[in-house]
Amino acid sequence: MSTAPTSAPARKLRVATTSLAGCFGCHMSFLDIDEHLFELVELVEFDRSPLTDIKEVGPCDIGLIEGGVCNAENVHVLRAFRRQCKTLIALGACAVNGGLPAQRNHLSLSECLREVYQFRPGIENGQIPNDPELPLPLDKVRPIHEVVRIDYFLPGCPPSGPAIWKFLTDLIAGRTPRLSGGLLHYD
Amino acid sequence: MKQFLLDGQPVPFEDGQSILEAARQAGHYIPSLCWHQDFPAHGSCKLCIVKAAGRHVSACATPAKEGWEVESDTPEMNGERRALLQMLFVEGNHFCPSCEKSGNCELQALGYEYEMLTSRFRHFFPDRPVDASHPDVLLDFNRCIFCELCVRASRDVDGKAVFALTGRGINKHLVVNAESGRLGDTDFSKDDLAARICPVGVILPKGRGFAVPIGERTYDGQSIREQKLKEEES
Ligand code: SF4
Ligand code: SF4
Ligand code: FES
Repeated sequence: MSTAPTSAPARKLRVATTSLAGCFGCHMSFLDIDEHLFELVELVEFDRSPLTDIKEVGPCDIGLIEGGVCNAENVHVLRAFRRQCKTLIALGACAVNGGLPAQRNHLSLSECLREVYQFRPGIENGQIPNDPELPLPLDKVRPIHEVVRIDYFLPGCPPSGPAIWKFLTDLIAGRTPRLSGGLLHYD
Repeated sequence: MKQFLLDGQPVPFEDGQSILEAARQAGHYIPSLCWHQDFPAHGSCKLCIVKAAGRHVSACATPAKEGWEVESDTPEMNGERRALLQMLFVEGNHFCPSCEKSGNCELQALGYEYEMLTSRFRHFFPDRPVDASHPDVLLDFNRCIFCELCVRASRDVDGKAVFALTGRGINKHLVVNAESGRLGDTDFSKDDLAARICPVGVILPKGRGFAVPIGERTYDGQSIREQKLKEEES
């Protein structure tokens, strides 16, 4: 660990990440910071994240949320992240504005479910799944800032690796993150 | 020549010229969305908002006055512009990743220019079905910002009056002047000025798709500020 940059904080920052109603594209883009990952692990350690398989989020400095809120479980996870993370970040288009899943918002939920599970060509005697284990879908998909307070937003579908790296390095260094020079994109 | 001060810089103008026109001519950028050099000012989007002699006015619709002190590129004005953009975004359905206008869209480019990272307000998620009835042109009303440029172009240049705005406030929407309400039942043509004037992704040519790759679109390599000032020079 002696190679840690001199600017490294005395204590490693604890970071949690999750994907709610997202496609994991933002997480893939996060991995696209490539060799910067080596620098990053000198500065942070991961809590709950698809990278660690920790199931419940603990006290963290930074929480990254990919995806919007489409069902009851998303709401619980998002609220737990808000309780545990000092700084909570909306990562990517779906977290920021609902994104692709929110394209169902102009349809009624029952219409959507019937279309997919009962009336789709090739389906016979289709049933709408009602296993109590399944989280209940919400009537509308919501961007996460409509459910909890969000500290920073990083748009993009997905945000590029360089955008994520710029954002995180600003944040870790104690600067207000700023996406300049073409790093800000909504697509 | 008469002049006013824009953010402390002298801007010459001719009588009757708006603050926006004079500023652009002198190489200063004031943003706009509903304004077009070939049409009278519309004054609906308010992106061109400036403070002139202490009052908020639309720069596109306000004639310049000798000796005025105009504030435009200030944190206060730009903050208000960002809020206006946020309201425009939540009022419609703007899902940029699937929009063929993405990268060439003025609303999106203004979002970048004013560093809009979130639409901040509660999204309306309105229900606005698309109209694909025309053989050459698709209408995706989800993205309409009611600038009336298509209305004006179709009526005043194409001589057809294909489009109109109807309803008020939250119920305002764009309609097609046909009994069926469908574009396919009008004499609209892909060669009309109205077919290429929309600053956002409502009136789109069919069969084109995402023709220009990411990285080469209008606002990939340059900001809307740079692009508009370049346009002014040419
Ligand atoms: S019209 Fe512009 S802002 Fe709206 S979805 Fe299309 S690219 Fe995005
Ligand atoms: S369709 Fe386009 S040009 Fe017409 S009012 Fe809407 S945004 Fe403006
Ligand atoms: S450009 Fe002036 S109000 Fe739209």
